[in-house]
Amino acid sequence: MGGTAPLDRTSPVFDYAPAPESRSVVDLRSSYGLFIDGQFVEPVAGGSFKTISPATEEVLAEVAEADEADVDLAVRAARRAYTRTWSRMSGRERGKYLFRIARILQERSRELAVLETLDNGKPIRESRDVDVPLAAAHFFYYAGWADKLRYAFPGRDPRPLGVAGQVIPWNFPLLMLAWKIAPALACGNTVVLKPAETTPLSALLFAEICRQADLPPGVVNIVTGAGDTGRAVVAHPDVDKVAFTGSTDVGRQIARAVAGTEKRLTLELGGKAANIVFDDAPVDQAVEGIVDGIFFNQGHVCCAGSRLLVQESVADEVLERLKRRMSTLRVGDPMDKNTDVGAINSAEQLAKIRELSDIGEQEGADRWSPPCDLPSQGFWFPPTVFTGVSQAHRIAREEIFGPVLSVLTFRTPAEAVEKANNTPYGLSAGVWSDKGSRILWTADRLRAGVVWANTFNKLDPTSPFGGYKESGYGREGGRHGLEGYLR
Amino acid sequence: MPLAASTPHDLAEVAASDAALRRFLHGLPGVDQVGAEARAAMLGTRSIKTSSKAFALDLAVRMVDLTTLEGQDTAGKVRALASKAMRPDPTDPACPPVAAVCVYPDLVTVAKETVRGSGVQVASVATAFPSGRASLEVKLADVRAAVASGADEVDMVIDRGAFLTGRYLQVFEEIEAVLAACSREDGSRAHLKVILETGELQTYDSVRRASWLAMLAGGDFIKTSTGKVSPAATLPVALVMLEAVRDFREATGRMVGVKPAGGIRTAKDAIKHLVVVNEVAGPDWLDPAWFRFGASSLLNDLLMQRTKQRTGRYSGPDYVTLD
Repeated sequence: MGGTAPLDRTSPVFDYAPAPESRSVVDLRSSYGLFIDGQFVEPVAGGSFKTISPATEEVLAEVAEADEADVDLAVRAARRAYTRTWSRMSGRERGKYLFRIARILQERSRELAVLETLDNGKPIRESRDVDVPLAAAHFFYYAGWADKLRYAFPGRDPRPLGVAGQVIPWNFPLLMLAWKIAPALACGNTVVLKPAETTPLSALLFAEICRQADLPPGVVNIVTGAGDTGRAVVAHPDVDKVAFTGSTDVGRQIARAVAGTEKRLTLELGGKAANIVFDDAPVDQAVEGIVDGIFFNQGHVCCAGSRLLVQESVADEVLERLKRRMSTLRVGDPMDKNTDVGAINSAEQLAKIRELSDIGEQEGADRWSPPCDLPSQGFWFPPTVFTGVSQAHRIAREEIFGPVLSVLTFRTPAEAVEKANNTPYGLSAGVWSDKGSRILWTADRLRAGVVWANTFNKLDPTSPFGGYKESGYGREGGRHGLEGYLR
Repeated sequence: MPLAASTPHDLAEVAASDAALRRFLHGLPGVDQVGAEARAAMLGTRSIKTSSKAFALDLAVRMVDLTTLEGQDTAGKVRALASKAMRPDPTDPACPPVAAVCVYPDLVTVAKETVRGSGVQVASVATAFPSGRASLEVKLADVRAAVASGADEVDMVIDRGAFLTGRYLQVFEEIEAVLAACSREDGSRAHLKVILETGELQTYDSVRRASWLAMLAGGDFIKTSTGKVSPAATLPVALVMLEAVRDFREATGRMVGVKPAGGIRTAKDAIKHLVVVNEVAGPDWLDPAWFRFGASSLLNDLLMQRTKQRTGRYSGPDYVTLD
């Protein structure tokens, strides 16, 4: 067959020089107040906390900590804005504000992306190409609904609920804010939103954008703080609607807290999604999908494909290809435009990932990571895959929320479905096959809110998103996403 | 999946009959179009700056098959092109020569005379390029003439009609016959690049099958296009072909080169291709022996970018030679 491959590697290696995104577009303030009634104000009790860059542990800013008194002020402001302005405004007028916000998000996209990456640790490529464009898309999408609500629900006269208390996580700070605020405002509600304590900065920049868009004061209020602040938002008696995205544990506490009240509740909680690869899958794209499924955003994704279910007849080949692909992942400085996997969001999360990974090893699963130099400062965890995992292992059952993949195998489609559904969660799933009928057969039987076919982690404002079972209830996105904010 | 099952021994059997060849090619894993295009697009966002850009630009210059394939080609045009191939940038002695000049068979002698001693190779298209619509005898005579005139490399076209009607063995045997016709009297052989004309094959599944077919038949390189059909080289097509050569080496131990041709006009496009080579096939392919660009106008953009790297300023098209 002619020439043979050279055995020694004499070819040059293509090193990518550092390509850092500039921080200069971001105007970081040393301290931030609470955004209440259209103004940045100091908290009543004067408490504050520091937010750091998880990639370097550098302190980025001092952020105000809201207590019950501050939350009360925010809810009052939201109530006033609701009664006097926002609920009386025509849908068309509300839509104008939302379109304006969407356009400003696009105009200031670079600034938002850099800030998000600094505060969260996710790669700039991701905040630039996914988080910020999708956040703007959500505002554009729901802006379009604002004056068409009656067409969304024919035969009903949909009305807003009032004041929405919203608590969002740290994995997609700006995007989750958009998922919460855009439909709430489009439907005529006003909001008090609490961003996560490790990632408050993009929400505070969003507050500035609300001012730039001349949004009436009090329509959007941002209260920063940790768990206590969130509890105060949820527990406030004048809140009509609670929307939460985060862990199943906290979700349970919230469900308890609102039980017996008039408050409406939507919860978007954890997941342990199965990514099912059949033996007739387009194998190279399936490997890409596995990588996107679990290493996208360092695995800090509630719908992450953290369980790979691969048909036994192709398991070795898929794993070999997966490992080769993982060896090309570029882990490191999130501000570098060529980084694929960034920093773990916090020391606390890193400890949890380490703990569960160690348990995986102790339970007898085989752990593998590609060789990679991790920075000495900051919080880092290498992309990791566990093979030889069984349904009984904790790493196959518990949400790790990190770049850790558990690989299980199956023999028949029925077994794949059984294993995929054998979890308390049910947020998402993936199916990989070149055979359309098999995809539909499988998708029909999966108890998961989203089933992706030959792709993974694809999100769109027009598509509803939400969970089965312990992954929560209610839907966000699409026409369905309006329902949580209307009566 | 056949890849895991195939050993070099198995692969020798796959061309035993039309049916066996069909079974093998149709057993290759499918390519999901959306996924392949998304992967190529993502790799296209890599930011190649400063020292890595300088490296990539020089490498890309060394990988160019500087091409003229026009009805209006003359000895004068080919001499001019061959001179440019040897010294792409007369103002910079550090600028490397390109890999090869690529011409029609009747101009091989002229090209060969001009590049003699420079290390620049002469590639000749053959087999009734670009359509390949001629009898096998005519195609083989075309190849023999090119080789006899001194061509170092032969760029053949596959019979797309035969491929698309599923006569895979015919395509296979034709490549084998062309390979045999590439032999020289001294026992050496001209390198064979097999043009798939991916713009006519249309689907990525077909691109993957045609790639394997050409490699199994003994081609040294697989090449995307003639440059006469649109679309010519695209990044996802290059990605699928690079996956094929990577998998083929794994299965057989033999390394096959890849040449996207046509449509790559800017340094930026070329660098995107190099990123795909690096991250899909691996750094072993980052060498003119294993990766080429079939292009004409690309070279001048590479040169302008090189000058920018060197001097910090952009020159204009009047500061690089036409040919």
